[in-house]
Amino acid sequence: MTPAHHLDPRLVAVVALGGMIGTSGRYLISQAMPSHGGWPIATFIENVLGSFLLGALLEALLRHGKESRRGRIVRLGVGTGVLGGFTTFSSLALELERLLAHHALLTAATYAVASLTCGILACLLGVVLAARHHQWRHAPGPHRADQPVSGEAGR
Amino acid sequence: MTLLLVALLGGLGAAARFVVDRLIRGRWSRVFPLATVLINVSGSALLGLLSGAMAYHSLAPNAYLVASVGFCGGYTTFSTAMVETVRLAQQGDYRRSVVNALGTLLLAVGAAALGVLVMWLLA
Repeated sequence: MTPAHHLDPRLVAVVALGGMIGTSGRYLISQAMPSHGGWPIATFIENVLGSFLLGALLEALLRHGKESRRGRIVRLGVGTGVLGGFTTFSSLALELERLLAHHALLTAATYAVASLTCGILACLLGVVLAARHHQWRHAPGPHRADQPVSGEAGR
Repeated sequence: MTLLLVALLGGLGAAARFVVDRLIRGRWSRVFPLATVLINVSGSALLGLLSGAMAYHSLAPNAYLVASVGFCGGYTTFSTAMVETVRLAQQGDYRRSVVNALGTLLLAVGAAALGVLVMWLLA
């Protein structure tokens, strides 16, 4: 069932390299932004931002058409590696567990609800913006973005 | 030095996620994104174990930081879980979309709590 190329060591290395970059970014943001009042703001920002970027990236690659070798490397390196490593589910889970263990029910509830709703909405926004950008670039007619609009030059 | 170790373990975690994802997908061809769920739940259990090991078994805080932020953070992913939730909703499969988002969160929190509990029981 699993073709050998799916576990091509070079692709695993691409994911690992991306993961190193994404994890470093998350670590640096978390260091610069300690949680205030028990609300783990750093994890929240990383997860919501990463969801937006991954939604936009995957939609853009999907709209680009059949996946080329370069497209696959971008998807695995930047998507699976960088953005997968930049966001984290385990920190969210443990932070919620710690909040619940300390009976901070309201904080836990708002953190859980905010993470899921903002994560889903940010991802959806990324998908919609990437789809619109693609339509705009590939729209028929005289106003194509990659051509100068006739008559406007030199004004 | 800490940044370097976090980065290395993060790369290792991301590579482990990629390999586990491919292995599960090779055996699970249904619509529900089981691979990401299992990755996030198992990574949360591991983070719970590490947290319990620091609290009850004197795991050094620096070792905990590197393993938790690096490996567990690189291994688990929130963004992919969100993309899969949105994709299910886009296909009109709202039930699986909700089950995926809420189910992953509940199972992951439970797994983290279980990890802490196991380390507490072993203390």
